Amino acid sequence: MLEFELSPANDTRSGFGAGLHELGKTNPKVTALCADLIGSLKMDAFKKDFPERFFQVGIAEANMMGVAAGMTIGGYIPFTGTFANFSTGRVYDQIRQSIAYSGKNVKICASHAGLTLGEDGATHQILEDIGMMSMLPHMTVINPCDYNQTKAATIAIADHHGPVYLRFGRPKVTNFTPVDQTFEIGKAWHIHEGNDVTIIATGHLVWEAVEAARELEAEGISVDLINIHTIKPLDEEAIIRSATKTGKVITCEEHMITGGLGSMVAQVVAKHAPSVMEFIGVNDSFGESGTPDQLMEKYGLKAVNIVAAAKRLMED
Amino acid sequence: MISNEELSRIASQVRRDIVRMVHAVNSGHPGGSLGCTDFFVSLYFKHMQVNPDNWQMDGVNEDLFFLSNGHISPVFYSTLAHRGFFPVAELATFRKLNTRLQGHPTTHDNLPGIRVASGSLGQGLSVAAGAAQAKKLNGDKRLVFTLHGDGELQEGQIWEAAMYCAHHKIDNLIATVDVNGQQIDGPTEVVMSLGNLRAKFEAFGWVVNECDGNDMNSLNACIETAKGQTGNGKPVLILMKTAMGKGVDFMEGTHKWHGVAPNDEQLASALAQLEETLGDY
Repeated sequence: MLEFELSPANDTRSGFGAGLHELGKTNPKVTALCADLIGSLKMDAFKKDFPERFFQVGIAEANMMGVAAGMTIGGYIPFTGTFANFSTGRVYDQIRQSIAYSGKNVKICASHAGLTLGEDGATHQILEDIGMMSMLPHMTVINPCDYNQTKAATIAIADHHGPVYLRFGRPKVTNFTPVDQTFEIGKAWHIHEGNDVTIIATGHLVWEAVEAARELEAEGISVDLINIHTIKPLDEEAIIRSATKTGKVITCEEHMITGGLGSMVAQVVAKHAPSVMEFIGVNDSFGESGTPDQLMEKYGLKAVNIVAAAKRLMED
Repeated sequence: MISNEELSRIASQVRRDIVRMVHAVNSGHPGGSLGCTDFFVSLYFKHMQVNPDNWQMDGVNEDLFFLSNGHISPVFYSTLAHRGFFPVAELATFRKLNTRLQGHPTTHDNLPGIRVASGSLGQGLSVAAGAAQAKKLNGDKRLVFTLHGDGELQEGQIWEAAMYCAHHKIDNLIATVDVNGQQIDGPTEVVMSLGNLRAKFEAFGWVVNECDGNDMNSLNACIETAKGQTGNGKPVLILMKTAMGKGVDFMEGTHKWHGVAPNDEQLASALAQLEETLGDY
């Protein structure tokens, strides 16, 4: 285990673009809206082949959320595209009232999430979006880990009726999940069976968790490794089963440690399978400029940090 | 074809409903509701083709209406009830626990006639623009109508949407602004001047009409004109002058009744000025 058939490394946003283009071919109700970031969101192919279902909104994200909500009335399934910061923080009230409370079938697709946006710095590196979106009643929140998973998730959310927040990122990353996977919303992927410590990871941190698990296994620590791609609804059963077995849980995310995956896993663990926990994520801090790799290292989001956390739990 | 006299009789009952609903729960927004009553009645009983007997969220092949300034929910609810979307008796549940008639309109409780939640201002024009584009994609020739408060135009999103509608040639949409010149903290010109609204919307690429929103003749003629202007590549606007609190002398023309309920004595005085034409709920 922990060996994968790798596809060429690619960015998760390209997985979104490929999935959206696929939907253009298979689902005539899918429309796409973009706030002046067609290239960044990889929406070019959809725009080229389905121009009548593509809507340029300009730099006006609040309006984009409202237009998307309205377009569902008449049976369409709008996918909005912009950076994660402008998909959430900038338009929280529009999402809350016109989409979530109104129960509209809008897919909010957000790229450049987290520190791996890199050199543009903290103004664009949102680390609170998972928390904000998860707090909205009936919102589904998904954070896939590589190109293949993002493409599969993009295709899957079109068949789910209700608002969805789909979060992905900018840099090319290892592409290790199966090409032909079926994406099941709310169902964790149990990557590796182990007994000593549970590692639960989402998004770009899943590959870091794989590398950490390899190192820990080599040192004789048995790792139960779980990929939670759907943060809401959370696969509580998978978490409880693993935490009951190991009693030691580490969560890993490119997000604040408050309000995100860590907080939500902790709620489940505290209630159903009390365990000692470690949280890999950003701790009450904004990001800054730098390369994605430098930033992940500086803020402690690398495999080496996960290994250290596991060892701390093993010493307890 | 319904006469102006019949429309005015319906409007009188809707105004009675508004003051009674707000009085019953000692909360709600009578001022803007009374000012826009003639507009709602004209739209729903004369101009819009709707299907209250077979309510469908998607509203394909019917005209759609979006209330962007959701706080004037009393006039919206009373009009929908009298038009047959839900029982008139349900108006008695307004703002009470477990009601479908929430303080501000919502789709959350599946009240027929409501297609989006509103209350937080400035969002309705964007929603209407999306719904109008869905109609175009569906080859549906019916129209989309909206209502906005003039104070609401202080929200930036309105102008994002105004730009979007013109750019995308959304010409199956008629937006109306209730120009009553009042907002919570006082006259709009004191709180935050709106300037020349006709010139502003024309500069944004809209066709602009003006009318007296408390005169059925003026209102009906204007809506007819606006409908005739659709389909020509431009979004259409109506600047509708109204008196806040219209129909109840002590509420008329002041911002003080924006969000205040009448007491028992004031209710009696108001009802004495409004003929009961269709029977109180």
